[in-house]
Amino acid sequence: MDLYEYQAKELFLKHDVPTTPGEVCTTPEAAEAIATRIGKPVVVKAQVKVGGRGKAGGVKLAEDPTEAKARATDILGLDIKGHTVHRVLVAQASDIAEEYYVSFMLDRANRCFLAMASVEGGVEIEEVAANNPDALAMIRVDALEGCTEAKAREIVAAAKFDAKIADQVVNVLMKLWTVLVKEDATLVEVNPLVLTPEGQILALDGKVTIDDNAAYRLESYEGMVDREGTDPIELRAKEFDLNYVKLTGDVGIIGNGAGLVMSTLDVVAYAGEEFGGMKPANFLDIGGGASATVMANGLDIVLNDPEVQAVFVNVFGGITSCDAVANGVIQALELLEKQGTPATKPIVCRIDGNNAIEGRRILTDANHPLIEIVDTMDDAARRVAELAAARKAGK
Amino acid sequence: MAIWLDENSKIIVQGMTGSEGTKHTRRMVASGANVVGGVTPGKAGQEVDGIPVFNNVQDAMAATGANVTVVFVPPKFAKAAVIEAVDAQIPLAVVITEGIPVHDTAEFFQYAQNSGKTRIIGPNCPGIISPGVSNAGIIPSDITKSGRIGLVSKSGTLTYQMMYELRDFGFSTCVGIGGDPIIGTTHIDALQAFQDDPNTDAIVMIGEIGGDAEERAAAYIGKHITKPVVGYVAGFTAPEGKTMGHAGAIVSGSAGTAAAKQEALEAVGVKVGKTPSATAQLMREIMTKA
Repeated sequence: MDLYEYQAKELFLKHDVPTTPGEVCTTPEAAEAIATRIGKPVVVKAQVKVGGRGKAGGVKLAEDPTEAKARATDILGLDIKGHTVHRVLVAQASDIAEEYYVSFMLDRANRCFLAMASVEGGVEIEEVAANNPDALAMIRVDALEGCTEAKAREIVAAAKFDAKIADQVVNVLMKLWTVLVKEDATLVEVNPLVLTPEGQILALDGKVTIDDNAAYRLESYEGMVDREGTDPIELRAKEFDLNYVKLTGDVGIIGNGAGLVMSTLDVVAYAGEEFGGMKPANFLDIGGGASATVMANGLDIVLNDPEVQAVFVNVFGGITSCDAVANGVIQALELLEKQGTPATKPIVCRIDGNNAIEGRRILTDANHPLIEIVDTMDDAARRVAELAAARKAGK
Repeated sequence: MAIWLDENSKIIVQGMTGSEGTKHTRRMVASGANVVGGVTPGKAGQEVDGIPVFNNVQDAMAATGANVTVVFVPPKFAKAAVIEAVDAQIPLAVVITEGIPVHDTAEFFQYAQNSGKTRIIGPNCPGIISPGVSNAGIIPSDITKSGRIGLVSKSGTLTYQMMYELRDFGFSTCVGIGGDPIIGTTHIDALQAFQDDPNTDAIVMIGEIGGDAEERAAAYIGKHITKPVVGYVAGFTAPEGKTMGHAGAIVSGSAGTAAAKQEALEAVGVKVGKTPSATAQLMREIMTKA
């Protein structure tokens, strides 16, 4: 889970990383009130989970509360690369003498962590990496040893920080490492880390990504989940504990196993090219060993997506038993019928593997007008794309 | 012959007395795997279907001569379980558990590296099967038979799908390496082992979006692999910034895309199938010619 800047800074505060916290709000009036409380010039910053907000007009200085209100009015509702601004952070403006860059992140390739630091901060770090790679220090951090003081000094030396501020930067690095470890983050990035004219080091911005697998041991996790920024169907799927991602398309997809479902999306998109560009409407992995109930919940979610014209159930039973999958499909249809909202969308099923013959028999015996069984994944993808296109055209 | 798992493999199951552990122990035994023991702290002396349970990996190894452990313990306790296995110097630890925090995996992986005694497969993987010989994990044994194709895959169900597509040829070994951001055994490790295995003639490699493991594997293939390799990559339609089921399956900016992986593989002469069936067809042609 990517965090908003204000959430990242809350974690910085919690672990004593020097920063300018400010307060977050959703209305211009509240921004004015915060600026009044701060009593000094402020910066009003759009809270979006995407880079480049400064260039997009999402970060503005305000000398006084009236101006803060005006700037918040400008920024709230702004569209920044497809992200609508619902919140702004109002923080005390800092004078800046110098801007630096520091981060820790998971290093998948080397299966450890990576520290990056540069005295050329404040710009996109990818640009520094591309144009002036010598200015970006990259140092591996052992997962067991962590960022010790010696390691922090190695990073500071490699990035050629001025000796006068070395101790302060070492301190910040060690505290950011604490954030990474204690908050189960896979990324902690500060850009810019600034030096004020008074000689103080401050994290002026913050970007943190939290490992969702660690949610069970993070007290702050639930509170940081962004409900209004999440698709309503994704929220509903989450309540059922389903692994669902909303996409833009017409063919609902249900399968078992992340790899097979990703593959199904691709195969449907290829097949869809023949039928006027039918695309997958979602990713839904019912997981290994799914019961009939899980299948029924999944089908309910997908059938209730108004964009979906037809559904593809693609299961290869390893642990999952295909008879449970088939029973789940039938159960879901019966339940919808009982609720007085019978399903109207065609469902193409391809089931193979564990107990597939029984699964196919259950579906055949049900003799349901919406269900079609197709033998192979490629043929089923073509059929579901065809059905989706036909239903869409018929509307 | 096979890689990493053969007729000499003696398997213990960490978490055997849990529901998943018991279920899959039975499946492994039914498929002919030599499961010699289980580990659950505090349950030494118990049995599961006549298989003895021990308090820790060290005791289990001392009593049974086990050389493979399959880890089914829940995410919360997985790090401790793997570290215990590494301390006991077991040669192979297959970590099936899904949902382990990546900091824990980074730590137990480093711990195993430092010890130099234990290969870790996974986590978040279906395990490894040498059909007709042995089976450590949850891969169904009845899909296919022993043969001369090697398979390495990030995805469980795509492993099963590919085994099914090529069931008439059979496989030497199929390794599910898992879909987490940090995994103990990589595509490269498996490619190298298959290259060295006299009973593997050709290799199927299945990847997916996220990270650059496939690109690095491609570079390795270009330099070191002389056996034919066909590839498949899942996730061409995955949007940027969304985790697609597997914790590691995420396109970040322009990094980790399926297109980049396909391009890297094709650049070193690996034929990449557009669908799993098309990939199987490519392998079919290679095996028929040989």
